Amino acid sequence: MSTYAPIAPRPAPAAASGWIGWCQSNLFHDWKTSLGTVLIGLVFLALAPKFFNWAIVDAVLNGGHEACQAAHGACWAVVKEKFRFMIFGRYPQEEHWRALVCTSMLLSLILASCTRAFWKPWLPALWVLVLVMYFALMRGGVAGLRYVETDLWSGLPLTILLASLSMVMAFPIAMLVALGRRSGMPAIRSLCTVYVELIRGVPLISVLFMASFMFPLLMPEGFNIDVLVRVLAGITLFTAAYMAEVIRGGLQAIPKGQIEAAATLGLSYWQTQRKIVLPQALAMVVPGLMNNFISTFKDTSLVAIVSLYELTGAMGMAMNSDANWRAFRVEGYLFIAFIYFVFCYSMSRYSQWIESQVNKSRQR
Amino acid sequence: MPSPIIAFEKVNKWYGNSFHVLRDIDLSIQTGERIVICGPSGSGKSTLIRCINRLEEHQQGVLRVDGAEIGDDIKVIDDVRKKVGMVFQQFNLFPHLTVLENLTLSPMWVGKLPKKEADARAMEQLQRVRIAEQAHKYPLQLSGGQQQRVAIARALCLTPKIMLFDEPTSALDPEMIKEVLDVMIELAGQGITMVCVTHEMGFAKAVADRVIFMDEGQIVEQNTPDAFFNNPQNERSRDFLSKILGH
Repeated sequence: MSTYAPIAPRPAPAAASGWIGWCQSNLFHDWKTSLGTVLIGLVFLALAPKFFNWAIVDAVLNGGHEACQAAHGACWAVVKEKFRFMIFGRYPQEEHWRALVCTSMLLSLILASCTRAFWKPWLPALWVLVLVMYFALMRGGVAGLRYVETDLWSGLPLTILLASLSMVMAFPIAMLVALGRRSGMPAIRSLCTVYVELIRGVPLISVLFMASFMFPLLMPEGFNIDVLVRVLAGITLFTAAYMAEVIRGGLQAIPKGQIEAAATLGLSYWQTQRKIVLPQALAMVVPGLMNNFISTFKDTSLVAIVSLYELTGAMGMAMNSDANWRAFRVEGYLFIAFIYFVFCYSMSRYSQWIESQVNKSRQR
Repeated sequence: MPSPIIAFEKVNKWYGNSFHVLRDIDLSIQTGERIVICGPSGSGKSTLIRCINRLEEHQQGVLRVDGAEIGDDIKVIDDVRKKVGMVFQQFNLFPHLTVLENLTLSPMWVGKLPKKEADARAMEQLQRVRIAEQAHKYPLQLSGGQQQRVAIARALCLTPKIMLFDEPTSALDPEMIKEVLDVMIELAGQGITMVCVTHEMGFAKAVADRVIFMDEGQIVEQNTPDAFFNNPQNERSRDFLSKILGH
């Protein structure tokens, strides 16, 4: 009989350390990776100096359009020159402070809502309060403020308003539709299915077009809903249909045993969905939901079709309206691309944080 | 004889059109009785106990639980579920809630108990299954045996009159079966009505008042554990016992 001798645990073999070790194992592991590394390096070396020269060395930071036309590099002066037009669009120049205050207020609320400390029962009430203040100040016509029609609201404030409101409203609709598609009641199930298939079957641009031009035709004479509201409803319904399918994917991954256990504990349908099914289903689909949120944020640029000028539209208008600067639209577009990137990347980082939070119960 | 707490009268159930899973089930269980149901897989034993709290619907016959007839009336079902605790083979704990939250969920949301009282009741039940120190962990951080004991405690938080066990040890590693059975044996000594689908014959011998053997949707034999194990009346039961005890 062999004797049993316990083996003490030993540390795992050390990985190659330092940056030299990292390069060896990741970039020059064998001849194929080395070849790849060298090729990519060459392409980078060929392109990088050109871009560097264009964007920085030869760039014009200050000065007029004459200076830009004379230079070989990028014309960042256009951003400085057209900054307010790009950001605020058609909103009256002397009232820009109102748009700035409103947007700062809305952004602060969004940021606050993303933190645990604000996940309280009074949060929806706070949203209503802030939105009432937002619309009063932005629209004016009260307390001696000049009245500004909603079709003049534009630029970055409009992008943020459309994106945040449509996301906030689409999310609960999407949850209900996702539950509805799995309902035991045939009427509700088919209603939800028809909604999702109809909306998914058409491009957003045609939803916006219908919301803006066809809806008023169907309404009785003299009955008018603000274009902003119509567009908001269009984006919301569109986003909700896609989001509902993402959520439904999560619902389907919940084992039947979870629902049976909830039933034996006496929980009602809504209690089961709220306490057991949705928390687990949503946690599973965080990456997919964030995908939806990010594309909604960028899809707001399509409202240009109905003559609302959010960030992209305002930027286009700023460029087109001035022949002197029209040649430098590439720089303008790079600038707003940077703005979009900042927002989308922040959303992406936030989704990673949410994932780490909801996965806590799965860690050992 | 007092009226039974659970009574099946000629209960039939089919899955789809062709699979006749319960056939003319007649069974009455008295308050405080401890019943073990065994039989080969597919014999309908899980379906039988799942009819008691309406996780499955029967199509023919009459089923009464604590005097109320189980049917389409949702009120009756809600009422029955408050009196019947159930423990599953796969535990079915809620992985996103802590052990304590798993236990307080129903008392707080269904029983409308204040959080403090629900917590107190939960801790009491966790002590009963000897796992109170794990109250703030998540289910997936516990071993299988511990999870099943939490599931038993969760069912006990309903203060049920009847406890149903659906193969509670079948998904456990052999080392953990005993800790769950010990808890169940202790429970059996406390007067609660128990209906257990299990193949743990040691448990059946130790606590059951009656063993029910099922095959192909029928109750083939019911007897005291002594008589069932030592002198099975039916060829089928004898065959089944020789298979599970024969090694």
